[in-house]
Amino acid sequence: MTSAFLSPSASSAGAFINKVLSHRGLTLGLILLGIIVFMAVFAPLLVPHDPYDQDLARRMLPPFWNPRANPAHLLGTDNLGRDYLSRMIYGARISLLIGFSVMVISGLVGTGLGLLAGYFGGRVDLFITFIVTTRLAIPVVLVALAVVAFIGNSLLIVILVLGLLKWDRIAVVMRAATQQVRSLDYVAAAEAAGASVPRIILREVLPNVFPQLVVVATVEAASAILLEAALSFLGLGVQPPLPSWGLMISEAKTMMFFAFWTIALPGSMLALLVFAINLVGDGLRDLIVPKGRG
Amino acid sequence: MLHYCLKRLATAFLVALFVSILSFFLIRMSGDVAIALAGEGARLEDIEAVRTSHGLDRPLIVQYLDWLGRAATGDFGNSLYFKSPVMELIADKIGNTVILSLAALLFALALGIPLGVLSAVYQGGLIDRLALGIAVVGQALPNFFFALILVMFFAVSLRWVPVSGSETWLHFVLPSIVLGYYITPPFMRIVRAGMVDALEMDFVRTARAKGLSKAKVVLKHALANALVPVVALSGVQLGHLLGGSIVIETIFALDGLGYLAYQSITHKDFPVTQVILLLLAITYVLLTLIADLINAWIDPRIRVS
Repeated sequence: MTSAFLSPSASSAGAFINKVLSHRGLTLGLILLGIIVFMAVFAPLLVPHDPYDQDLARRMLPPFWNPRANPAHLLGTDNLGRDYLSRMIYGARISLLIGFSVMVISGLVGTGLGLLAGYFGGRVDLFITFIVTTRLAIPVVLVALAVVAFIGNSLLIVILVLGLLKWDRIAVVMRAATQQVRSLDYVAAAEAAGASVPRIILREVLPNVFPQLVVVATVEAASAILLEAALSFLGLGVQPPLPSWGLMISEAKTMMFFAFWTIALPGSMLALLVFAINLVGDGLRDLIVPKGRG
Repeated sequence: MLHYCLKRLATAFLVALFVSILSFFLIRMSGDVAIALAGEGARLEDIEAVRTSHGLDRPLIVQYLDWLGRAATGDFGNSLYFKSPVMELIADKIGNTVILSLAALLFALALGIPLGVLSAVYQGGLIDRLALGIAVVGQALPNFFFALILVMFFAVSLRWVPVSGSETWLHFVLPSIVLGYYITPPFMRIVRAGMVDALEMDFVRTARAKGLSKAKVVLKHALANALVPVVALSGVQLGHLLGGSIVIETIFALDGLGYLAYQSITHKDFPVTQVILLLLAITYVLLTLIADLINAWIDPRIRVS
């Protein structure tokens, strides 16, 4: 069951790319995600203005579809006169950074716990299942808000808090996947050949549960992006003047009644990014996870 | 069944105890409680006096057991910001959150069950696609952004409902819709799957063969079967609602537990935060416990394994 996804030899890589392209949802998701990643990576080259530059003489300029628009600011400016298009583009960096870092941290914790519980079973499994159950009982939003408020709000703290909270689903999926792989012949063969336990887990089990990990971690990245936006919206996420989309909605919400675009633009970008990631996650599930195991 | 119940109850109790330990130590580690208690502008001597008078100089484990002992008698201390007993505050606000949660659940059921049924009966049809659309949008659209859009349309432009507050039932309409919308897809999915299965079953075919109308077969025979798992799912989703209600109650300034949690967090009112965290965790554990027991009662296979 080692899929083409894991061993991209020349021919199977080509076959896999064909499979990806024939999956419409996955293709659309990859294109949308690609555009946003491109925006984030090349932000300094793409932006017309410095996203932090304030110009109080040019506050609240409307976007291009308004007759009073200023051609120098295509999407207008915010209440501090900062170019909205530039802030939108830089905002992609924060969301993607959050999504990726939280995915890595929660992926490490969740995979570690899931592999141990699934491989050893018995008491180890009981203990880890208990930890997962406890974690599920803890309301993520409340704890994340409290930690950020009590310790301090910075991008790093938000990443750490979300990463250390959001491993539960990854652990559950990895545990179930490991249990299935554990009973397969090649694991028994490796055990019989006298391979050490860490070697079996890392060399035999992990590569075979990796496809499921990619799928569930993708979904978690999307949910982490939404959580950061919600925390920043409530004023307990990343700090101003960082152009986080959630924070931009929060800063603009007092003006939304006469300048709806100031919340509509960052809100739509968030939805688009999360939609793209979910499409990629669902598409990958269709392609690489055997039926009935998702 | 009794053995299964006892086992699940014991786990639920252990989880609650573990959460209480975690919440206590997490909050103690995040800052000096004595400084918070002494208030702003307190001198060093004042802080030390507070530390000894509140017993904060004792080992953490002793403090925890002391807190647990008082909590067992219903004494959770006083709020630092509101200056009243934590229990009174919570008793004050919990009603609004219960109303909001039940209204949101009702909205999700009222939307999810018919859509689930119709998308199963007309698979691949317009309603099936609409249901899929609702699920996709719910996955991607940030809930606070959705809330703001609804406020723009229904509260500001149309003036059908108030923007914020919790005085009348009209204040609960938008928050319930936002919260309910996000838990609708699981209900649609489970009803749709149940209906698809039920429509294939022998007793439904028999009923059709007997000449009963399609509508009658769907509503009476298939739906009764498909609705069984909805009961347990309601419990689980109600548990998820409580966590989500912090953001939504805060946006609508709806005076419930979630808004109280937000206020206590922003004012570093740790005694309140700690109790709400514990209360939400215990509620979640109880609701999932009830859901599990219902499932076990319905499906004997669960309680054996």
